Amino acid sequence: MKKKKKVELFDICNVIFMLAVLFITIYPLYFTVIASFSEPSAVATGKVNWRPVGFTLDSYRQVFAYKQIWRGYLNTIFYTVLGTAFNLFLTIPAAYAVSKKYLPHRNILMGFFLITMYFGGGMVPSYLLIKSLGLINTRLVLVIVSGISIYNLIVTRTYFTTSISDSIYEAARMDGAGELKTFFSIALPLAKPIIAVMVLYYAVAHWNDYFNALLYVSDQKLEPLQSVLRRVLIQNQNALNETLMQQSMSPGELLDSAKRAYAAYTMKYTMVFISSAPLLIAYPFVQKYFVKGVMVGAVKE
Amino acid sequence: MLKRLQVHIRKYWQLYLLLLPAFVYVLIFSYGPMYGIIIAFKDFKPKLGYLGSKWVGLEHFKRFLTYPDFWKLIRNTLSISLYSLLTFPCAIILAVLFNELKGVFFKKTVQMVTYAPYFLSTVVMCSLVILMVGRDGPLGQLYKVFAKEGMDLLTIPEAFSSIYVWSGVWQTTGWGTIIYLAALAGVSPELIESAKIDGAGRFKIIWHVNLPCIMPTIIIMFIMSTGNILSVGFEKIFLLQNELNLETSRVISTYTYEIGLLGGQFSYSTAIGLFNNVINVIMLFISNKIAKKVSGIGLW
Repeated sequence: MKKKKKVELFDICNVIFMLAVLFITIYPLYFTVIASFSEPSAVATGKVNWRPVGFTLDSYRQVFAYKQIWRGYLNTIFYTVLGTAFNLFLTIPAAYAVSKKYLPHRNILMGFFLITMYFGGGMVPSYLLIKSLGLINTRLVLVIVSGISIYNLIVTRTYFTTSISDSIYEAARMDGAGELKTFFSIALPLAKPIIAVMVLYYAVAHWNDYFNALLYVSDQKLEPLQSVLRRVLIQNQNALNETLMQQSMSPGELLDSAKRAYAAYTMKYTMVFISSAPLLIAYPFVQKYFVKGVMVGAVKE
Repeated sequence: MLKRLQVHIRKYWQLYLLLLPAFVYVLIFSYGPMYGIIIAFKDFKPKLGYLGSKWVGLEHFKRFLTYPDFWKLIRNTLSISLYSLLTFPCAIILAVLFNELKGVFFKKTVQMVTYAPYFLSTVVMCSLVILMVGRDGPLGQLYKVFAKEGMDLLTIPEAFSSIYVWSGVWQTTGWGTIIYLAALAGVSPELIESAKIDGAGRFKIIWHVNLPCIMPTIIIMFIMSTGNILSVGFEKIFLLQNELNLETSRVISTYTYEIGLLGGQFSYSTAIGLFNNVINVIMLFISNKIAKKVSGIGLW
């Protein structure tokens, strides 16, 4: 009897701990959402804690009018779609090839790839290379740079070796199919689950990337969303103030500078929310694929 | 030798063809910059090119080692990365506790929610941090209650490493549990049953059965994180940096960016990057060796 009680205590503590973890994880995101719907002066003076104060959509109206966001969004979609396609083109066939135990010099080839996980040229040599290829300030650079992740290559290779049985390939070979034919007509259709995982991994990496744009692109027309966000949210440029000015001019009333500063502050929350909303909405549906990727990666050959 | 290669290529050309795009890409975009490292030993002038520029030997390395702020850079980098390393057990603890949860729905929900922050971009994450710890943000307000004075916490140099590390814990701990949960799923139920029969309580089972079973995974993950000891993420630190916290937030990687890409001192910057990278590789070898000696488990 006594023992049973002890077990229950453990479970109760555990559940309470988990509720605390849930709260800590959700609250910053929740706060972002309610702040974006609140009256700017209430947010800036700390009156917003648990629910929106003075519900308003002004902040959204203002952010939606900010053109650079939309240009950034379009650019990011462009880089993500083409970049991910390029990633798959490099990763999937190569992973298939190195999954074959009979590939001559397989270990040397794997070593060739693995070294780059731990050792690289660094920022300046990479920049100079891209520059000498004439790719600075082009759309192309953000599509092809970071074209293959060796970690993803290994995960895909592991999938090919552990989840598709050799006997299927044997049968194809008996029929006289070459490696190319085997790859396209047998391996590729069977690899759909891992391709889905890879699409998600690579797409999220492209969507979230600001580093490559920071190094290689300075033209604002080519900027991905993350670079726009960095300029507005982190470098605190008064771009927001300017849009607010233009907007407040039109109805005839000029917002005073304190009010403008408050509005700009609330707009930041709105921008954080708008820019991460697509991912967070899609996330519950695709979560299992991400987890699957980690699981496959954890299997040792 | 050559002849054998010819035979191999004739027989396996289709496989090699599949491998070719990735091979060429890595050769150009990963090994290309590695070749570019030679400018660390030269006085690189873009006009003269890689080969035309004058050799200066270890000049740039000497300059870095005698740079007045050298130790400050090392100290900042190490204190942030060692601090991060201290939070390494967080994911293990959370995974073990996830594993003890009984309700399937509740367990799934907590997992899903805690994984989510991992997918926020670095820019959004840093914006969130800046907003949260700012004078008017929730944590800033909380600080005001205790300190009686409003303050943007990111302007306090001493607070920088804590903000950096704990926001990282917030973002990645949930995701980090997946790999341990996979390992925990492999613990044999019979082992746990027999421990129960021997009268072991929940803590005892966790300590004597679960943890030893997932130890190999823990060790591998630990080796991997020690290999990054001098490469604390550029991306996040760069975004959280401001003039007031530079004292503690300037680390090797951000310094490399400042003097290389902003300052145009290509050779010097490359030398520092190389120094950093070599130390990381050495650390990885050392920790791998130690782990192998102690537990027989290693990366290679």
